[in-house]
Amino acid sequence: MTPMPPGLETLDFRFAGTRAVPSFAPVLVGVVGSGNLEVMLEPGDGADCAVRVQTSARGFAPIWQAVLDDFHRRHGLAGVRVSINDMGATPAVVSLRLDQAVQELRP
Amino acid sequence: MTAQSYAECSARERLALLLDPGSFHEWLPPQERLMSPHLAQLGVPCAFDDGVAIGRATLDGRTVFVAAQEGAFMGGGVGEVHGAKLTGLLRRARRDRPAAVLLLLDSGGVRLHEANAGLIAVSEVMRAVLDARDAGVPVIGLIGAANGCFGGMGIVARCLDRVVMSDVGRLAMSGPEVIEASHGVEEFDARDRALVWRTTGGKHRWLTGDCDALVEDEVAAFRRAAIDAMTALPAARPVTPESLEAEHALLAARLALLDEPVDGDDAAALWRRLGVEDAARVPDLDVADVLPLRALAR
Repeated sequence: MTPMPPGLETLDFRFAGTRAVPSFAPVLVGVVGSGNLEVMLEPGDGADCAVRVQTSARGFAPIWQAVLDDFHRRHGLAGVRVSINDMGATPAVVSLRLDQAVQELRP
Repeated sequence: MTAQSYAECSARERLALLLDPGSFHEWLPPQERLMSPHLAQLGVPCAFDDGVAIGRATLDGRTVFVAAQEGAFMGGGVGEVHGAKLTGLLRRARRDRPAAVLLLLDSGGVRLHEANAGLIAVSEVMRAVLDARDAGVPVIGLIGAANGCFGGMGIVARCLDRVVMSDVGRLAMSGPEVIEASHGVEEFDARDRALVWRTTGGKHRWLTGDCDALVEDEVAAFRRAAIDAMTALPAARPVTPESLEAEHALLAARLALLDEPVDGDDAAALWRRLGVEDAARVPDLDVADVLPLRALAR
C-alpha cells in the first residue's frame, strides 16, 4: 500500500453539460462539519460542469466519480462551477446536498 | 405550525428569518473565497466564509449591520479571517453609523488551530466592539445557538450593550469540558447537562443580570427582542470609568453572596441568595415564569 501524505485531497472533475442554466446568483448550501459538506454553485465558463472537491477523507476518488456521475445524469448542468468543501460526508449526504444546491438555483 | 427554533437553524437560516425578508446584503460572500490560511496546512477543510457571514440588512425597516457565526464549522471558533470579518464589520459600523450592530453568536471561542492569530483576532474584535460603542453605535448580542458563547467570545459578549438569550442559550468564559479537564470531574461534570445549563444557561444569566432579555427558543422571539433592544438604545451605552466601577461593584456584591459556605446545588444556592425563594424549581419553570423572578433578584 502506498503511504498517503497527510492533508487535504483536491479532486477535479469535468462533465459535458446538456442543460444550460440561465444566469444565476451564487448558491451555498450545507456546512463544513463532521460528516457534512458545503456545496457552492457559481456560473462557470463554457458549457461544461466543472467540479472541484476539497476533502479531508483521502483516497475516495472513485466514489466521488460515481456520485458525481449520478448527479450529472440527474441534472446535466451546463456552464456551472461546483465547489465542494467536504469533511467526510457519506455519498448519500453528498447527493442530497448537490440536489439541494440545484433546487436553490434562481435567476 | 410550531414556531421555528432558533437553536436548530444554521447561521444563514437565522439571517434569512430574523432580519427583514430579503434585506441581507452580504460582504465578503462565499464566492470571494476569503478562507483560513491555516487550516489547509493542518489537513482540515476550510469553509468559503470561514464560518461567519457578515453584511448589512434592515430590521423593522432600520439599517443594521449583522454577523452570524456558524457553530457547525469548527465549533464557531474564531480564526484569523473569521475574526477579521467581525472586526471589519464593527469598524465599518463606526464609520457608517447603522442603527445597531447585531452579533448572532455561536462559538466555543478562539479556534485553537490558529493559535496566536486567533487569540489576536478575538482581542481585535473586543477593541472594535468598544470603539463602535464609543462612536455611539449600539452592539447587540443574540445567544441561543447550539454551541452557546464561550471563551473569547464569552468575553466579547460581556463587552456588548445588550445581550439577548434564550433559555437553551449558554454564556460563560471556560466551557464545561475545560473546567472538568482543569479542575476534575468532582468539581464539574461536563456530561451533567442539567448542571451545565444551571451554571451557564439563559435562565441563570437572566437571574444574575448577565443578559438583558430572556426569550423562548424561537426565531420570532429573538427578532422581537432585537427590535426592542435597538429601540431601547437610541445610542450605545457609554463605557465610562463610572459604568465600569458600577459593574465591578455589582460583581463584588454577587461574589460576596457566596462568602458563606454553600450546601448542595451551587447555582440554586446563588439564586436563593439573590432573592429567588423557590430556587430549586427554576430549571423546571417556563421562560415567562422566570422573567418576574429577576425583579426580586436585582
